[in-house]
Amino acid sequence: MGRKVTVSRREHFNAAHRLYNPAWDDDRNREVFGKCSLPNYHGHNYELIVRVTGEPDPETGYVIDMKVLSDIIRAQVTDRFDHRNLNIDMAEFRQLNPTAENIAIVIHDILRPLLPADLALQVVLFETPRNSVEYPA
Amino acid sequence: MVYLTRIEHFNAAHKLYNPAWTKARNEEVYGRCANENWHGHNFELHVTVKGIPDPETGFVFDAKRLSRLVNERVVDRLDHQNLNLDVDFMRDRICSIENLVVAIWRELAPHLPAGVRLHRLKLVETPRIHVEYFGE
Repeated sequence: MGRKVTVSRREHFNAAHRLYNPAWDDDRNREVFGKCSLPNYHGHNYELIVRVTGEPDPETGYVIDMKVLSDIIRAQVTDRFDHRNLNIDMAEFRQLNPTAENIAIVIHDILRPLLPADLALQVVLFETPRNSVEYPA
Repeated sequence: MVYLTRIEHFNAAHKLYNPAWTKARNEEVYGRCANENWHGHNFELHVTVKGIPDPETGFVFDAKRLSRLVNERVVDRLDHQNLNLDVDFMRDRICSIENLVVAIWRELAPHLPAGVRLHRLKLVETPRIHVEYFGE
């Protein structure tokens, strides 16, 4: 029985967003989301940490080739999210509030099918140096 | 003379865009930063003042008062705003961090108390990019 190791790759993207529930009126949005619901958007430097867990391959010693992992994250996530308005430019958030929680779930769901099924995946997303989320919990 | 630095932060949207140019020219010069739908950053503002410590308090300037001043004059007007659309002192300026740091200096410098002078502003746009301005 091999021993499991978690490997992490850190990437980043800068994006604009606002928090807004279209089912609510502006007052209710303002009450719940505060400044984050302001209509002209604000933005963040998002730091993304992708954690992959599995047994190192006996031939390569790798859980996953980090260059391959990096290329997947860049092509599928950061190239698409970087310098975008998450609410306007990303189809994934047309019907979904782009909270850090939902962004982490979306990124997880993009990456999950692209990684070998026997490797566990966790997405950690820092919205600011002080706020971060993890999915799956 | 002692230099005292207070660090504050704000999150904002912006785009780099010169309205005198075509969209194609803006994209050529500013690349992704010209995205018409904005992007954004966690900005950090480092405010350094200089002075001689007061013999009674030992302070160049009460750091809590400096924080309050920076927040009232600058950060509260920038935080969670769109720098191109919402900030009166950036109107008609290209929203680069170079221009922003100069504009922040102008908003802040006149409001420091006698004996305390603004020495440096450092504006951090990302962990990899920042500008410094010394009022020259």
